Amino acid sequence: MHTSSRRPGRLVAIAAVTALAGSLLAGCSSDDDTSSEGGDGKVTLNVGTFGVLGLKQAGLYAEYEKSHPNIKIKENVIERNDAYYPKLLTQLQSGAGVNDVAAIEVSNITEVVQTQGAKFEDLGKAEGVDKSTYLDWKWKQATTEDGKTVGLGVDIGPTALCYRKDLFKKAGLPTDREELAKEWAGDWDKYVALGEKYMDKAPDGTKFVDSASSVYNAVFAGAKERYYDKSGKEIYEDSQGRKDAWDAAMKVADGDMSSKLKQFDPTWDQGFANAKFATVACPAWMAGYIQEKTGPEGKGQWDMAKAPTDGNWGGTFLGVPSAGKHKKEATELAVWLTQPEQLAKVFAKQASFPSTPSAYDTLKPSPATKAYFNDAPITEIFADIAKNTPSAVYGLKDAQIGQSITDIGVLQVEQQGKSPAQGWEAAQKEIKDVLGQ
Amino acid sequence: MSETAEYAETASPGEGDAAPAASGRRKASPTSSWRSRLYRWDIKASPYVFVAPFFLFFGAFGLFPLLYTGWASMHRLSLTNLDGSTWIGLENYTNLLRSDYFWNALGNTFTIGVISTVPQLAVALGIAHLLNYKLRGSTLWRVAMLAPYATSVASASLVFTLLFAWDGGMVNWIIGSVGIDPVNWRESSWGSQFAVSSIVIWRWTGYNALIYLAAMQAVPHDLYESAALDGASRWQQFRHVTIPMLRPTILFTVVVSTIGATQLFGEPLLFGGTAGSKGGADHQFQTLGLYLYDQGWINGHLGRASAVAWLMLAILLLIAAVNLLIARRLRKDR
Repeated sequence: MHTSSRRPGRLVAIAAVTALAGSLLAGCSSDDDTSSEGGDGKVTLNVGTFGVLGLKQAGLYAEYEKSHPNIKIKENVIERNDAYYPKLLTQLQSGAGVNDVAAIEVSNITEVVQTQGAKFEDLGKAEGVDKSTYLDWKWKQATTEDGKTVGLGVDIGPTALCYRKDLFKKAGLPTDREELAKEWAGDWDKYVALGEKYMDKAPDGTKFVDSASSVYNAVFAGAKERYYDKSGKEIYEDSQGRKDAWDAAMKVADGDMSSKLKQFDPTWDQGFANAKFATVACPAWMAGYIQEKTGPEGKGQWDMAKAPTDGNWGGTFLGVPSAGKHKKEATELAVWLTQPEQLAKVFAKQASFPSTPSAYDTLKPSPATKAYFNDAPITEIFADIAKNTPSAVYGLKDAQIGQSITDIGVLQVEQQGKSPAQGWEAAQKEIKDVLGQ
Repeated sequence: MSETAEYAETASPGEGDAAPAASGRRKASPTSSWRSRLYRWDIKASPYVFVAPFFLFFGAFGLFPLLYTGWASMHRLSLTNLDGSTWIGLENYTNLLRSDYFWNALGNTFTIGVISTVPQLAVALGIAHLLNYKLRGSTLWRVAMLAPYATSVASASLVFTLLFAWDGGMVNWIIGSVGIDPVNWRESSWGSQFAVSSIVIWRWTGYNALIYLAAMQAVPHDLYESAALDGASRWQQFRHVTIPMLRPTILFTVVVSTIGATQLFGEPLLFGGTAGSKGGADHQFQTLGLYLYDQGWINGHLGRASAVAWLMLAILLLIAAVNLLIARRLRKDR
């Protein structure tokens, strides 16, 4: 009798194997379905971001979910843009697993506009979008030549200088923000000269600035000439903005004025907590970072002054990939999130500065943030800088070129003791490799 | 029981007619010919169905990517535009062979591989020998050995990054207490390679020790007894009994570790912190794996990244061939 039971047994086994294989294969695709269509008929919108964009922190998602009961919002954060951006590109290419709303960093926006434009919804034509509420240059950055707007501006990075009052005082420097801004106004050399004074009487174990790269980025933020010219040709070798930034960074590295930390590394975070450096270039989005990493001990010790030149470092856009499953809902969400009222809430919580000037008159930082920076007039400082920022030309590989200069060139001089000439040569070689030349 | 008899019994139950003659059965039961065909099909096809999942998965996740990567390596292919590729033949390969970064990465992969694999296996052998003694709480020790292997690459690397921090890291603090100047572990060339290796050693030593231990316990005990009778010390027993008996196992771990070292990626990436794919300001600890990632996903040159992948495959095949030769030599020696 055992023979007759064997055949069904075998069939069952085949069925089981087939079912297993089937479910394994299906596993890849069914995952997306369940996550975007909750069991209760709700639409889940995935928002892809990097770093701390502040939308969630300001409670905007919760607010939107409340007014739109059929929507659930899920934020997928990747810590750093250099890990987030390749993933975004891969998703756009394959059309699979794309977020319904995707953040785009300003140094990548030109590449996205020029090479990925067709893969995004035109938000310029979306309902409720008023072009005039956004900064003109911010709008243009995300718009293709034939007038398609692939991303709406979230924040910009007007760049001030944050400094530690207590350390400045110990080193015998002025601590008043007006006085300091006047002392170094218009010229980064004056800032470096103040650094030399600081180093003469520097409190034990502290340096003037966190890293030479920070100085490079701050100076470069105000550059009129960046890595590309208007026609899209690379001019990083001769660009005046690049040269000024490089020279300032080299002076800082040469004078041993930096703590030699690499920005966004864990050791950099510790540097904040242990008060290892007296100044740090301070784009608006950095203000939230400083509060978080320095912690309660830094309250009232940090202050903020205008930098020698006005500039913009960083900033973000929100785009809606066409491959998303809920384009209509996603577009509505992206439009809502980038309205002036919403961006003002992000500023209040996180100090990320809105790209919608109509909000500037009513902007208020939270009392905690203001107190943290010794009651500095944060809104006025950033708004003033934002108004005076030169309009900048971005290119295809801005992000990678910048990274090659700071993480290869500047770092070789600062940490490996190479000469500025050697550092620049290494950076150039790296850039050529990046550009595939 | 033979297959035909089995068939007869199941194909025509209740009929009492066990004759397997096809003509008779067709009259007796109209379904039986269908059944017989189904049965024959079953006999022929089910083995294929059983092995099919492996081949399907291998085809989808092994073979296809391999061939596609080969195709991509002959094209100029950008991460920003996968549909627009131009045939450039072997240009990616010649560019790579001319690139300083590629040779640098190859050299780093080799040196990091050596300074992580050699001490790792030596220490593992020693630990396995110790664990092979009768110990109190031996299971506890064995589990403890495996604990580092169970931690994720990410957490291990992050902890080691902090330990090796230039300013305020524990390693510099310790060597500072005996009067040695702090070392910039990440930016010095040998220092960074040592630090990356230490993460690998820490994670994999216990794993290899357990493999050795398993092999040691299979060594017949009378070999030790007779060696002891001949007056061999513990050390002599280890050298003249344990090591020779473990030779195939050692060869196996060497091969596995070599493959692992060739593909080293997570540890140096995370050790590098921000912009980790560059492997330090001077690419001083950029391995082939990191170089591939940097080319493909940071710089967007997917074609060139594919060429790196195929060169890595070629290197691994070369290692496998060398291993085969050594293994054959060892077998002859016996």
